[in-house]
Amino acid sequence: MTVLDLPAWAAIPVCLLLLLGAGNALAGAIGLLRLKSFYARLHAPSLMVSGATILICLASMLTFAVLQNRWVFHELAIIAFMIITTPVTLMLLGQAALYRDRAEGSQEVPHKEEGLKTEAAVEE
Amino acid sequence: MRYWFPFPFLSLGLLLFWVLISQSVSPGTLVLGGALSIALAWAMVNLGPHKSVPGRVRPLFRLAGAVLVDVVRSNIAVLRVMLGRRGKPATSGFLTVDLTLQDENAIALLACILTATPGTAWLEFDRTTRQLTLHILDTADGMDWQHIIKTRYERPLTEIFQ
Repeated sequence: MTVLDLPAWAAIPVCLLLLLGAGNALAGAIGLLRLKSFYARLHAPSLMVSGATILICLASMLTFAVLQNRWVFHELAIIAFMIITTPVTLMLLGQAALYRDRAEGSQEVPHKEEGLKTEAAVEE
Repeated sequence: MRYWFPFPFLSLGLLLFWVLISQSVSPGTLVLGGALSIALAWAMVNLGPHKSVPGRVRPLFRLAGAVLVDVVRSNIAVLRVMLGRRGKPATSGFLTVDLTLQDENAIALLACILTATPGTAWLEFDRTTRQLTLHILDTADGMDWQHIIKTRYERPLTEIFQ
């Protein structure tokens, strides 16, 4: 690609969106470090997924729509797939942590009601 | 008709996606995309997914609006928790919600919504007790999460997939 010639009226919102998105991702990374428990840390990546991905994809859409002088929508696919696929990972991590804490008899996690065994408990 | 298009919405969505990523509506793209979307819908038959047809459109828009607002609001709230002063940790805790939602696809959509809004993390859903366990990052911000999930998300979802 040759020299990018982005007019100022488009460059300013693009920069704002990119900075906000990158800041959001950075905050998620800092949160991952600073938060104390595993369950609280689960919230940090979801900050990157929703906030950072959406903002950076919007910036990309705006840039290439202006540069190529047409509507650009395929970044929406990135947003959609990020939102659809992250629950799977987070649920896996969360359930593994819950199972482990329950097996260790931790008092901090909510317990299953009596008489209703989990599938994992039946296997034991 | 049913034989050729076992999942009409899925086929349409795949075709739309194909056009979107190839960024053209030339006949070649449409033919290849159409063939792929029909073939992949057949592959889906063997997986035997739970079928549900969205009934009403208006609650869908209301839900989308509510989710959009909540994503922005919860992003700001979580940012404040994470970048807040070191001496004051947020009081996070678990929450169990009894779901009345029956449709599996609606529950999957609820999982996407709750994950996309930071501050709530989906931990576990028990199919036998219909009980959902969540983790809330900041329970001290005065938000009644149980009420929010029941009225803002679950009610429109029930209306859409009934």
